[in-house]
Amino acid sequence: MTTVERPPTRRAEEIDNDQHPVGHGRMLRKEDPRFVRGRGRYTDDVRLPGMLHMAILRSPVAHARIVSVDTSAAEAHPGVRAVITGEALAAQGLAWMPTLSNDVQAVLATDKVRFQGQEVACVVADDRYAARDALELIDVEYDILPPVVDARHALDADAPVIRDDLEGKADNHCFDWEAGDAAATDAVFADADVVVSQDVVYPRVHPAPMETCGCVADFDPVEGRLTLWSTSQAPHAHRTLYALVAGLPEHKIRVISPDIGGGFGNKVPIYPGYVCAIVGSLLTGKPVKWMEDRSENLTSTGFARDYIMRGEIAATKDGKILALRTNVLADHGAFNGTAAPVKYPAGFFGVFTGSYDLKAAYCHMTAVYTNKAPGGVAYACSFRITEAVYLVERLVSRLAAELGQDPARLRLANFIRPDQFPYATPTGWVYDSGDYAATLREAMRIAGYDDLRAEQARRRERGELMGIGVSTFTEAVGAGPRKHMDILGLGMADGCDLRVHPTGKAVVRLSVQSQGQGHETTFAQIVGEELGISPDDIDVVHGDTDNTPFGLGTYGSRSTPVSGAAAALVARKVRDKARVIASAMLEVAPDDLEWVKGSFQVAGDPGRSVTIQEIAMRAHGAGDLPEGVEGSLDAQITYNPPNLTYPNGAYICVVDVDPGTAQVRVRRFVAVDDCGTRINPMIIEGQVHGGLADGLGMALMEIIAFDPEGNCLGGSLMDYLIPTALETPDWETGFTVTPSPHHPIGAKGVGESATVGSPAAIVNAVIDALAPYGITGLDMPLTPSRVWEAMQGHPTPPI
Amino acid sequence: MQVPGPFEYDRAGSVDQAIALLERRGETARLIAGGHSLLPMMKLRLADVEYLIDINDLHDELGYVRIEPHVVQLGALARHRELLESDELAAVLPIFRDAERVIADPVVRNRGTIGGSLCQADPSEDLSAVCSCLDAGCVIRSSTGERVVPMTEFHRGPYETAVGDGEMLVEVRIPVRPYSSSAFEKVERRAGDWAVVSAAAAVTLSRGTIVDARVGYAAVGPHTVVLPAVSELLRGQAPGEHLYERAGALAAASCDPTTDMRGTAEYKRHLVEELTRRTLRRSVGRIADGGS
Repeated sequence: MTTVERPPTRRAEEIDNDQHPVGHGRMLRKEDPRFVRGRGRYTDDVRLPGMLHMAILRSPVAHARIVSVDTSAAEAHPGVRAVITGEALAAQGLAWMPTLSNDVQAVLATDKVRFQGQEVACVVADDRYAARDALELIDVEYDILPPVVDARHALDADAPVIRDDLEGKADNHCFDWEAGDAAATDAVFADADVVVSQDVVYPRVHPAPMETCGCVADFDPVEGRLTLWSTSQAPHAHRTLYALVAGLPEHKIRVISPDIGGGFGNKVPIYPGYVCAIVGSLLTGKPVKWMEDRSENLTSTGFARDYIMRGEIAATKDGKILALRTNVLADHGAFNGTAAPVKYPAGFFGVFTGSYDLKAAYCHMTAVYTNKAPGGVAYACSFRITEAVYLVERLVSRLAAELGQDPARLRLANFIRPDQFPYATPTGWVYDSGDYAATLREAMRIAGYDDLRAEQARRRERGELMGIGVSTFTEAVGAGPRKHMDILGLGMADGCDLRVHPTGKAVVRLSVQSQGQGHETTFAQIVGEELGISPDDIDVVHGDTDNTPFGLGTYGSRSTPVSGAAAALVARKVRDKARVIASAMLEVAPDDLEWVKGSFQVAGDPGRSVTIQEIAMRAHGAGDLPEGVEGSLDAQITYNPPNLTYPNGAYICVVDVDPGTAQVRVRRFVAVDDCGTRINPMIIEGQVHGGLADGLGMALMEIIAFDPEGNCLGGSLMDYLIPTALETPDWETGFTVTPSPHHPIGAKGVGESATVGSPAAIVNAVIDALAPYGITGLDMPLTPSRVWEAMQGHPTPPI
Repeated sequence: MQVPGPFEYDRAGSVDQAIALLERRGETARLIAGGHSLLPMMKLRLADVEYLIDINDLHDELGYVRIEPHVVQLGALARHRELLESDELAAVLPIFRDAERVIADPVVRNRGTIGGSLCQADPSEDLSAVCSCLDAGCVIRSSTGERVVPMTEFHRGPYETAVGDGEMLVEVRIPVRPYSSSAFEKVERRAGDWAVVSAAAAVTLSRGTIVDARVGYAAVGPHTVVLPAVSELLRGQAPGEHLYERAGALAAASCDPTTDMRGTAEYKRHLVEELTRRTLRRSVGRIADGGS
C-alpha cells in the first residue's frame, strides 16, 4: 500500500504557491489571516450562556499531610456556586485518575499534598474574580512533612516515602529501565584505547506555551452529553480517557480543541483542572470555564527533562568511536505523568547512540519520585530524544577535545554511512535513511568552518573567548507502529477522511491537532499535490472528535510522518476511484489513462482528458457510473506507520564570551536539517527558527529550580526566563533532502529537530570558548554567573 | 489570567487632587503610574492594595524633562521612553540613555515612569542606581509644601521610601556640573531581566584630576548602594586604569550581595569590581576635553 514516489522534479524551494497554488512548495499559511487579525478562536474565547468560572486552590508546600479542609467561608462568599474538595471527589470515586504512564495522580488531594502547586480544592463561581477571591477563604490545615527535593537522595534509606498511597510502597523508586547489551558494551570498553566519561545534567525546564492550559466543560443533563472545549494536543485520546475515568459513555463525549496557542507537549496530559471543571459542570448544571494562570502553568503542569546523566564513550586512539555507556537518574516528580508510549517508560532515550556507527551501547536508567510537579512530558523532545542527543553530542565533543581532534571531523569519521541504511542500532532502532556527512558538510560550508577556526585562533592570541560548537543529531519521530507503541492501550495510528465536493473542492479531516504548526496549510498542500487541486480549495478540519476520525494526536513530531502519510494515501485512494470514473467518461480502459497532475488523459492522446473537478461532478451527477462505483469521490483511511522516520541535522554555533563578565553571546547559528521531502519549506523554516530559540533558551537561561524546601523558584516569567529576539542571532538555515523510504511522500517530522539538536551546539561552543581555562564540561543553563564560576574552577551545579 | 483582589480606584485630575485623595485614604492608598511593577504584584497577590489612585492623567503636569544650565529636572511621570529618547538629556547625562536602553523592554518603557521606578524601591532597580550616583534630590510634595530628600536617604529598605502618607514624589532634581560625565553598565541574564548587578558612575574632572566621583549599584544589597569610600579614593587622583582597578577592588569589598537565582554573591562581587572599572573608564572617556 505504501508506495514511494520520487521527490518532485521541481524543488519545493522554488515553487511559490502564493502565485500559482499547486501543492508542495512555499506558501503563506492559510490560517494566518485569522491569527494576525486577532480572530483566532482559543479556548478562553469560548463564552457560553450561563457559564461559570473555576479557580483552583493549590498547595503552598511541597510535602504535607492534610489535617482538615474548611470550605464554609468560601461557600458563603458572594457569587460562589460550589466548592469541591478531594473528599467530595473521593465519594464519587474521582479523587484519583490514571496518568498517561499507568501511574495514578490525585485530582484533588485527599491524604497528602506531594508538590507545591498541587490541586487541593476548587471553587466554581459566577466570575473569575469571585472564584479567585474565595480561594483565600478556604482554610486548610497542613501537617508539614520533610520533602524529597534532590533526586540523588530520593532512594536514601531515610528518605520520606512520597507515594504511600500506593499499596506496599516503601521507597521513592519509580522504575528501572535498560537498553542495549551491557556485557558486550563492557567488553568493548575494556579493550578500548580511550575512555572518556562526563557527567551531564539536563535540568528541569518548562514548555511555557503562550496560551496556558484550560477548558470549558458543558454537561447537558437532559441529553447526558458532555462537550469539552480544551487545550488538548490529543482530543481523541482525551475523550477515551474521560470515558474511562468519569464513566461517561464515549459517544456522549465531544472534545473540541479549538485554536491552540502553543503546546510543545505541555498539552498532552490530562490535568486535574479538566476533571474538576467537568465535575463542576455536572454539579451545577452549567458550563464551567477553567483557564489556569501563568504561575499555575509553570508550577503544576508537565515539565520536561530533569535527567542527571553520566555518559562514557570508548574509542580508539585515532578517534574511531566504539561504544557508549550511560547511567541516568530521572526525576519524575510526585506522580509519573510521562507522556510516552507505554512500552517506553524512558521515551525514546534509547536512541542515545546518535548518528554514529557503534559496536555496542548500553544504558541504564533509574527513575525516582520527588516532591515536585509531575510530568516528564515532551517540550518538543520527541519522547526524551532531546536528553539523548544532548548527552551523546556532549560526549563526542568531549572525546574530540581529549584526542586533540576537530569535533566536526571526528564526527565525519564516525557517522553511519548512507550505504548502511536501513541501519540497526545497538539499542534496537532501525534508522530509515540519511546522509549525515553531506548534512554536516553543508553546515560547515554555510558556516565557513575552516575560516571560523582560523579566526578563533587569532582571537585566542588576543585573549578573546570565541567558541565554535558542533551538534549532529538523529531524531526518531512519527510514532507508532501501533503494535509497539500505544498510550494506555490506544495504538498509535491515525485516521484521515477526504471528501471531494461536486465542484472539486475538498475537505480533509484529521485526528492530529495543530498548536501553531500550520496544519491547515501543510495538509491541504499534501492533498493538493496528490490530486492536483489547489491547496486554497481544500479545507482542513481537525480538533473536534465529532467531526474527525480517531487518532492519537500531535506530539513527538508525528503529524507529518503519520497523518501526512494518511493524507497522501487517502488522496491516492480518491485518485484510484477517479481513474475508474474517468475511464467511463473517456470510454477507455482505466489502464490506458495517465495521471497528469490534476487530470487523467488518454495515453498518447493528450487532447482527450478530464480534470479532477469534472470527475468529481460526474461522481455526484445524474449520469451512469461504472459498475461497482457507488458515487462520490470520498475516501477514508487509517495509517499505521511501519516504522518511525529518522530526520537528522547538523548544527554549528559560534559564541563569544565576555572575559570580564562571562556573558555568552550567540553570534551565529547554522542549522542544516534533513527532514526528507519538504512540503512547505517556509513552514519548516518557521519550525526550525522556533526550535532554535527553544534550544537557546534552555542552553542559556531556562530552569525550573527548587529551594531545599521544595518551593518552586520558576513560578513566573520574571523568574522563568524565556529568550527574546535580543538573545537570538539571525538563524542561518540550510537543508539536505534524504527521503524516508517507507513514507508515502518521503517526508519525515521536523517539529522538534531544532529543539533537540541545538542545546548541545551552544553548550559545546561555550565549552570550546573556555578551553583556555581548561574547562571540559559545563551544565545548562549557562548564566553569566555559572560561566564565571566555571572560569574560576568551581561552577555551581544547576540542581 | 491572574486577577487581583478587590480594590477601589480613582483617577486624579491634578497633583493637588492626588494629594488630597492620598491624605483622605492614608496608608491604604497607593499611587499607580505605569503600573508595570504594582499591577503584577497585585495580580500575584503579593501587594494588597485597597485603594488605587491613577495618576496617568497628570502627565502634562509631571511628564517634563527640563535641562537647565545647572540642574536637570525630571517630572515624576516622565516615562522611560521619554528619558531614553531625549537627546538633550543624553548630552548632559549620558548615563540615562545607557540605563534606559537596558531597562525592561519597549512595552514597559512606554508606560513606566522615573517616579514609579524610584518609589517601587526595588533593590535591583536600575534608575535608583543612576540617580544615586548623580546625587539626585527627590522632590516630595504634600498639602503643606515640598521637601527635597537626597537620593541616598530616599530608600529606607526594600520597597520602602521616604515618601509618607499624604505625600507624593513629584520631581527628581539632578545637579549638572561642568567637566563631568557619567556611565551605566548592567549585566543581566536576558534582555529585560532585573540586573544581576548594575553599576553607575559619575565623574567630574578639573585639570586632569578627578575632583568628584560617585558610584552606585543595584542588586548588591537590600537597597541601592552608593559607596562614599570609593568617592574618597578617587577624589584628587588622576584617572587611569590602575586607579579604576583600585576603585573596583574597594567597591567589591564594600558591598554586600547575596546569592540568588541571578548569581552567586561571589560573582556579583566580581561584577561590582568589573563594572566599576568599566563605568569609570567610560565616564572619564566621555569628558571630551579631559576637564582641562
